[in-house]
Amino acid sequence: MATYSDPPAGSFQLSQLINDTRYRSYTFQIIALIALFGAMAYLVSNLLANLQAAGLNISYEFLGEPAGYDINQTLVDYNSQSTHLRAAIVGVLNTLLVAFLGCLMATVIGVVVGVLRLSPNWLIRKLMAVYVEIFRNVPVLIWILIIMAIFVAVLPQPRDFRGDNAEASMLWGMFAFTGRGFYFPMPVFGAGSGVVGAVFVASIVGIFGYRRYAKKKLFDEGKLLPVFWPSVALFFVPAILAYLVMGRPIGMEYPALKGFNFQGGIFARNSLISLWFALSIYTAAFIAENVRAGILAISKGQTEAAASLGLRPNRIMNLVILPQALRVIIPPLISQYLNLTKNSSLAIAVGYMDLTGTLGGITLNQTGRAIECVLLLMLFYLTISLAISAIMNAYNNAVKLKER
Amino acid sequence: MSDTHAQSVAFVRDTMLPEQAPPASEAGVVKWMRENLFPGPVNTILTLLAIYFIYKIVAGSLPWFWNGIWTTSSLAECREILQGATGGCFSVLTERWNQLLFGFKYPSDQYWRPLVAFILLAVAVAPVLFAHLPRKMLLFTGIYPFLAFWLIWGGTILSPLMVLIGVLAGLAAFRRIEASGFAMAALAGLVTAVVIWWLGGFLASAASGVLALEAVPSRDMGGFMLNMILGTVCVSLSLPIGILLALGRQSHMPIIKWICVVFIEFIRGVPLITLLFVANVVLSYFFPPETNLDLIIRVIIMITAFASAYIAEVVRGGLAALPRGQYEAADSLGLDYAQSMRLIILPQALKISIPGIVNVAVGLFKDTTLVSVISMFDLVGMIRGPILASTEWNGVYWELWGFAVLTFFVVCYGISQYSQWLERQLQRDHR
Repeated sequence: MATYSDPPAGSFQLSQLINDTRYRSYTFQIIALIALFGAMAYLVSNLLANLQAAGLNISYEFLGEPAGYDINQTLVDYNSQSTHLRAAIVGVLNTLLVAFLGCLMATVIGVVVGVLRLSPNWLIRKLMAVYVEIFRNVPVLIWILIIMAIFVAVLPQPRDFRGDNAEASMLWGMFAFTGRGFYFPMPVFGAGSGVVGAVFVASIVGIFGYRRYAKKKLFDEGKLLPVFWPSVALFFVPAILAYLVMGRPIGMEYPALKGFNFQGGIFARNSLISLWFALSIYTAAFIAENVRAGILAISKGQTEAAASLGLRPNRIMNLVILPQALRVIIPPLISQYLNLTKNSSLAIAVGYMDLTGTLGGITLNQTGRAIECVLLLMLFYLTISLAISAIMNAYNNAVKLKER
Repeated sequence: MSDTHAQSVAFVRDTMLPEQAPPASEAGVVKWMRENLFPGPVNTILTLLAIYFIYKIVAGSLPWFWNGIWTTSSLAECREILQGATGGCFSVLTERWNQLLFGFKYPSDQYWRPLVAFILLAVAVAPVLFAHLPRKMLLFTGIYPFLAFWLIWGGTILSPLMVLIGVLAGLAAFRRIEASGFAMAALAGLVTAVVIWWLGGFLASAASGVLALEAVPSRDMGGFMLNMILGTVCVSLSLPIGILLALGRQSHMPIIKWICVVFIEFIRGVPLITLLFVANVVLSYFFPPETNLDLIIRVIIMITAFASAYIAEVVRGGLAALPRGQYEAADSLGLDYAQSMRLIILPQALKISIPGIVNVAVGLFKDTTLVSVISMFDLVGMIRGPILASTEWNGVYWELWGFAVLTFFVVCYGISQYSQWLERQLQRDHR
């Protein structure tokens, strides 16, 4: 019952390349490929001609040369004699630092605001809506600059901490919030602190082990073991005991005012702090909307069904609502993390030395290696985003509704 | 019936009681407040905290607005008048409004031109945004880009006119041969347009005085005008490119698909600021040595590439949301690819993706402030650069940033409200 037959063999005509749908796609693809290669050859030949005219070449040797500039906020050792590569690494770490801190704070603020936007309290609801609308509809660059201006203008200068009745004072003698930046106490690890650390890690492993055991007990025997308080106890008690037994090996170095400035402790410059705050509250406004949408996406029937099964409210939340809401919330949440990481490149506007500030800023201007620097810069961000999207896809596949 | 219970009960009411007003605590404002402001101890505390917070903000900002000074010419003068009292020096806005809106190089006697262009922008965009307006207004929308170019950049009207004629002739040629195949018609239209542009170039340079406005070079654009120009130009250019990219990504031809995928993922993976670096320092290496493209053109190229990748993803979402039956129905009617896309698929897919496209547009408009990082003087660049660095206004942060926040908020909030309204409109259609 063949209803059609193949066209007679050997009757290929050139016009089939255009008119026959079987061959047409090959024609188009070959044309596209030729156009692409043509365009690329054109661009590259222009590039080579321009480079030759300017007496330049493409080379990454500058990465090994001394950078010759200082970076005022570093996570690893760096001085002006270090190489450009080292400066770029400092920048990468600074980018990752502000992105990590920002994601953390944005998630906390965003979840709180998102939940409060659904609160029965009219005033809170409206206040949160105003917050979300204001922050979503104004460029993040403006927020970064405003928060930087607020920090510099409102917070006291280190000299205000001087004297007996100073205008400003440190919080609990440990934290100093100044217009130049924040000073935190720094832990100092003495001999034996490794043991305390090991005990702490072991107790965290213990917490997970205990939780797994409790779950198994619940599923196998139907016995409900307390989980929360034993976890808290496991978290604190062994580490504190080890700390006391080893003779208090971990001390704190407090910042102290010496001369015109604070010395000691951890110093986070105002550029880092304001960038962190601005990125967090800007992204939090978007996350709040995602959280709200995620909670609203779960129908009320789910809560009622769970309640009719006899589950208590906190278990309804943990076992029924959250697992479903998270499936809706997490993909946009991760893309917000991605946005935050990409927006952290605006650090250059407040002088925080992230990768855009070091490699794409001073290194580029000093060496004049524009193409190489911008290429490396793009590759770094591309790697991060592709890594995050890969994680997101893996997560999406893991939580996807398994339908028959 | 009324005496049924006469033996067993002492009294039975046999008429209805008149309806009584609910107790004071269960009606009106009191009930509303009990339910919405003080439903429990936690919420009561939250409400009180919120009221305190609002009080602090109002108490702090009201005198600042109320005592605001609008007429001085420098910060020192303004502080002298205030004598240490709280008050805003809004005079920076009255004195520098022209710089904030138009940048510091645009000739001040020509401000009416961008103003007219932006008022006409509203007219041109209206029929696109609101479907119930007369369709004939779309004609003006088609003419508008050329008119706006002439108004903002100046020069003879012949050059935008010739471009317009080229476009129209190309379109006419396309219509003429459309029946014999989409690809050939598109090629013919393109060739016609290019020939007319080429001829028009000679005409415009020969008769450069015809209806000429004072020419303003691109590098003199600045202030909020620059944000508006970048926003509108890049969004309107990136729409068609984004749609093509989305179609390419959905295509069955692997090479075309992969070209589109690589482009989209690359652009979406890097921050806009690196693309602006490319525009600033790298892009000119890729053009022939004698070309001298303006920074603003290079920036427009990069922002357009950026926006089209995002729009492509939104449109792809719309294409994927269409049921397969639509594609199959188009095929079974015997439509070819171009026809089925143009007549069946895209009208539906674009309708679904309008809210997403509007979101991209808002995000893009906000991102135009990033050009201040590569030393272009848009609104943010003007504030950070010439105004805050001037001796008269060094230190006027709140008034200037407040102005910037307000300007962007009005535009972006307006657009996002429109998007929500549209979403509601579209939802109703499906019921």
